[in-house]
Amino acid sequence: MTTDAVPATATGTLTHRRLPRYAPAVTLALSAAVGAGLSAAVGFSVPAFVVGALLAYMATITIAAGVVEGRRKAVDRLVTSLVYAAFGIALVPLISVVWSVLANGLPRFGAEFLTTSLRNVTGLHDQQAAEGLAPYIGGAYHAVLGTFLITALATLISVPVGLLASIYLVEYGRGRLARAITFFVDVMTGIPSIVAGLFAAALFGVLFGVGTRNGFAGAVALSVLMIPVVVRSSEEMLRIVPNELREAAYALGIPKWRAVVRVVLPTAISGIASGITLAIARVVGETAPLIVTAGFTSSINNNPFADWMMSLPAYVYSQAMRPLSGSTPEPSLDRAWAAALTLVIIVMALNLVARLVARLFAPKNSR
Amino acid sequence: MTITTTDVQTPPNASSTPAKNRAGDRNFSWATRGAGMLILVVLAGVAAFLLLESLPALSADPADIEGGEGFFAYVWPLVFGTLAAALIALIVATPLALGIALFISHYAPRRLSQGLGYVVDLLAAIPSVVYGLWGIQWLAPNVRGAWQWLADHLGFVPLFTGPASATGRTLMTAGLVLAVMILPIITAIAREVFLQTPALHQEAALALGATRWEMIRMTVLPFGRPGLISGVMLGLGRALGETMAVAMVLSTGGFTWSMVTSGNSTIAAEIALDFPESAGLKTNTLIAAGLVLFVITLAVNMAARRVVTRRQAFSGAN
Repeated sequence: MTTDAVPATATGTLTHRRLPRYAPAVTLALSAAVGAGLSAAVGFSVPAFVVGALLAYMATITIAAGVVEGRRKAVDRLVTSLVYAAFGIALVPLISVVWSVLANGLPRFGAEFLTTSLRNVTGLHDQQAAEGLAPYIGGAYHAVLGTFLITALATLISVPVGLLASIYLVEYGRGRLARAITFFVDVMTGIPSIVAGLFAAALFGVLFGVGTRNGFAGAVALSVLMIPVVVRSSEEMLRIVPNELREAAYALGIPKWRAVVRVVLPTAISGIASGITLAIARVVGETAPLIVTAGFTSSINNNPFADWMMSLPAYVYSQAMRPLSGSTPEPSLDRAWAAALTLVIIVMALNLVARLVARLFAPKNSR
Repeated sequence: MTITTTDVQTPPNASSTPAKNRAGDRNFSWATRGAGMLILVVLAGVAAFLLLESLPALSADPADIEGGEGFFAYVWPLVFGTLAAALIALIVATPLALGIALFISHYAPRRLSQGLGYVVDLLAAIPSVVYGLWGIQWLAPNVRGAWQWLADHLGFVPLFTGPASATGRTLMTAGLVLAVMILPIITAIAREVFLQTPALHQEAALALGATRWEMIRMTVLPFGRPGLISGVMLGLGRALGETMAVAMVLSTGGFTWSMVTSGNSTIAAEIALDFPESAGLKTNTLIAAGLVLFVITLAVNMAARRVVTRRQAFSGAN
């Protein structure tokens, strides 16, 4: 550490001269005034005001600290204000995302939106609704249903495969195969979602003819993304099960598979369930793989094994990018926002459930 | 994570009588092994199908590929767009993420920081299509003026050549949306490692008279560097493969150096926009482009793993 020696103060005490505690607050207030003046000079705008005030604050506090407290304290104060500024700047887009979704999504969101589909809703309806001649119609029931079916299928495929593979890695796996699986699970976590979609599309194209699109193909694509997440999280949870439990089971003469199923899994089940819930939350919002595998439709499709199937993310995408009525896109955009809100609510709910599961069903520690 | 834990092994068979060979045990162990192998098969299948389906595009007469000059002439502008958007995202997101992570781990009051960490985790879970919708509806109109200013005042730099897009739907905007998306990811990982810095190191630094920043520079940053780098690399991998945000925000077009006009495209966006309506050789071309993307993200992710060997607990899963 290169330090300037602490200048001995005139009074001979060990304490160092410091800026008063209220210095940052006062400086901030002054800088706000300076920022207002600066931004008024270039034509007032909020960003100009914030940037001006921020720069004024950093310059003032650094120089003041440099004069009173020394160089090291000045650097410290500068970094502190930089860190706070970074946090403040990052809050802007993040709050704006949440706010946009809520403000734009809430007007159309509701029971009617969730229980009607888009079948036979045309641009004409939207134009009339925008002119106030007719009510807004058209919802996302078919998309919610599609998302539910596709995600459920993907979960049905991914959870057994992922869970068994993680049991293999923790309880059985030794040597080359286990190393290969670990490595390639890592590789799989990095697969871009669109590539997973292309794989499923190519697979179903080869098996069932070019251009085959249905919910099941989407579920396969999502499984490619979901399996590695399930393996990772379950593996971590199984690894922290204390070895004493296994040994106690073996000592009682229980076969290994029963020890795994009846002792190891129940101990880790809360973590595993929460990991699976998070994995579902991750794939439920995947868009790219579904638009190349499941396609778009405006009708309700109950059968994931035949015909195109809508999903919520694809609904958002299609309503935003291809409004029903080209001349009055607003009703379609409203629908897109409402569907986005639905999606965000689902994802947040899944995250909360994961936290609750992890907390409520955690193994009781008696020690 | 490599398998190094030997402590979960079956106790060595010390007794002279071998354990009974039970059918349940055999079936169960084979079932788990089968699941593991299935994962390998699926991954091999991904690579095989992509290769198989892209061969026609790679071997086709160059004149038949879109653009008429062969596959590589078709794909390189897309690669450029992909890398450029991801680079913009990284340049914007990395310093901010570092700041937020430090704020949460070392600056914010402890009670506040826990809640903030939770909020960041939730933001990382917001689906990309929502970010895309936000980018096209809120961000693009709001940054239009900034790109106009860049084109007016810095137009001599090739990257900011005018005329600026009137809609704001440019590669710069797409890069910003990507930055917002990867911000929570990098922050979550960085915060996690920063919090793990041994308290003794930090207290020792403070006891020697270090200021808070000196303490962070001497203990937190060196300790957290591998985690931070891996977080950035994982964010890069996400930004490279991200589809919807770019497909929705960017108004795509041919190659241009300028980041503030409409134009350029990324591999993932090109696939998402064209694949649903494609047929014949065009499908093969798009799948081949997907293969290129796969290889790029694979390289980035493997490099990230190599960096993380010190902190193996961090997977790219979430």
